[in-house]
Amino acid sequence: MDLSNINPVLLVASLMVSATPILLAAIGEMVVEKSGVLNLGVEGMMITGAVIGFIVAINTGAPLLGFAIAAVAGAILSLSFGVLTQVFLSNQVATGLGLTLVGLGLSSLLGKPYEGMKAETLPKLDIPLLSDLPVLGRMIFSHDIMVYLSLLLVLAVWAFLKFTRAGLILRAVGESHDSAHALGYKVIRVRIAAIMFGGACAGLGGAYLSLVRVPQWTEGMTAGAGWIALAIVVFASWRAGRVLVGAYLFGGITVLQLNLQAAGMTWGVQYLSMSPYLITILVLVFISSNRKRGSHDAPASLGQTFHATR
Amino acid sequence: MIRLEKRPQPSKVWTYTTPILAVLLTMVFGGIMFGLIGTSPFEAIRTIFWDPLFHPQFSGFSRPQLLVKAGPLILIAIGLSIGFRAGIWNIGAEGQYIIGAIVGAGVGLALYPMESALILPLMIVAGALGGWAWAMIPALLKVRFGTNEILVSLMLVYVAENLLASVSSGILRNPEGMGFPGSRNLAQWSSSQNLELIPGTGMHLGVLTAFIAVILAYVLLTRHIQGFNIRLSGEAPRAARFAGVSPARTVLFCLGLAGVLAGMAGLFEVTGPAGQITIDFGSGYGFTAIIVAFLGRLHPVGILLAGLLMALTYIGGELAQLMLGVPGASIQLFQGMLLFFLLGVDVLTNYRVRFGKGEVAA
Repeated sequence: MDLSNINPVLLVASLMVSATPILLAAIGEMVVEKSGVLNLGVEGMMITGAVIGFIVAINTGAPLLGFAIAAVAGAILSLSFGVLTQVFLSNQVATGLGLTLVGLGLSSLLGKPYEGMKAETLPKLDIPLLSDLPVLGRMIFSHDIMVYLSLLLVLAVWAFLKFTRAGLILRAVGESHDSAHALGYKVIRVRIAAIMFGGACAGLGGAYLSLVRVPQWTEGMTAGAGWIALAIVVFASWRAGRVLVGAYLFGGITVLQLNLQAAGMTWGVQYLSMSPYLITILVLVFISSNRKRGSHDAPASLGQTFHATR
Repeated sequence: MIRLEKRPQPSKVWTYTTPILAVLLTMVFGGIMFGLIGTSPFEAIRTIFWDPLFHPQFSGFSRPQLLVKAGPLILIAIGLSIGFRAGIWNIGAEGQYIIGAIVGAGVGLALYPMESALILPLMIVAGALGGWAWAMIPALLKVRFGTNEILVSLMLVYVAENLLASVSSGILRNPEGMGFPGSRNLAQWSSSQNLELIPGTGMHLGVLTAFIAVILAYVLLTRHIQGFNIRLSGEAPRAARFAGVSPARTVLFCLGLAGVLAGMAGLFEVTGPAGQITIDFGSGYGFTAIIVAFLGRLHPVGILLAGLLMALTYIGGELAQLMLGVPGASIQLFQGMLLFFLLGVDVLTNYRVRFGKGEVAA
């Protein structure tokens, strides 16, 4: 094994690429959970976004259009979850699982003819001046547009939740739906809007996997990324800034283990491949054991069904 | 104006009719889906639901398959349903199933080529323990640290899949297999084989165990204090705590039981229908069992029927792939749709639909 083959500049650059899909999905899911809804279907929405984005990009040759349609597809799929849980008052955990199963089935059905093809990927966007910096330039300032969009999205979500009236209403709905309802806020509408935003973000994250990160379509290609996004929301204690930290940490682990594999660590490839999942578990344990001492950060109405009695 | 009004008690009538309604809705929308991908809807539905049982040519082969596929689904779903009743969301049964198979097969292969009638029972115990141990990870983490069992049990599925890939090309690989990944064939070694008990029916030890599990789960839930405590923990967690039901013990019991049953299901599969440990022997029973548990209303008898129905869609799906050339994934979507529709129509069980203007609140 030759560790000197691992280039730190490339490592950080690929870390950002590898973290972006999870970051997009996680920031969307955080907004959903802030509104008091637990959508376990992230994996299903992501993989649907991945396949739709790929199909659109192949057929039109425009990857950005692929991203846009993937976001729409994710939002439409999540709307089915929204209608079931908010209008038909179904159990959120079970419905989320169902959404994942539907998404996995739908995506492999749609993607079958596209396996092995190659779509046009996003061009690298060299930011003028900054990308010419000696080390940092290649590390941070010469990525594709989605990497920067995902960072902007984190910033926007943070500002939205912290500074806007609409953000306050969304948080109120998530903390106590009965009080929010009594104040005259439309709990169900707010939640469905949040769910669709989460679906669109998950769709974008999935499309980033199939259009930039990998970049091609293979069945079941998300391989648990949606579930990891869910874990990152818990890790982040429902805060936008920490979602960013969590996603980048996780991206770092993934890239590092891939680099170790590539550096010729032939022994136990499977053990390296399982490391991201094991580390996610360890992080969850660490966070939840700390929580016992501190306050509960989860939105108080998370996962509860809202039924207005009058 | 349509309003929903919560029923004081879940409706008895709708409890039984909603699964049937969901199946019918799935047939309609599944038919539309098949129509969209260019297959005759009626032919597709007939091939999936009717031909496996009654087609003169294929039913001879596919009827026994019904029990072979339903066995593991029922066994796993029974374990899951008891946890779901208590509000404990173990969705990592696939991992417990894989680890049960690996541990059980490992114990058996360590004794190869000894011949003894005790080997298969020993392997079953080892498989059960393997599944139990894997389920204890999320259980203990939840009890000790309050870690979310949904995420941990699911993450462990990916860990288990990587372990499976590792052992099937490593420690458990068949030394006489000319370097191909995969273990020795356990179904061909007389000490470990789990064959049909009655030839031509598909009834093997795993299916028998599944039937016994259905009966025991029924007794547990309706006649035993532990079953009452489990239902109480799910329906009224606060009341359960005041009544002295330990949440920690409930978590350990429910996850442990699900692990034992899933581990046994894995072992029965690897010694019977699958025959050997291979990378892809998993086949997703652990996830489909979640649908089975809900379709069966988390009730043991319901799960028995739901397991048979879901097995039918598996076999019918394979037949439809063969005869009509529909993609395998469409069956997966079909099964997912079934769960979705079931959850949707479930509203009728717990709520009354009222038309017209709301009355003045009393």
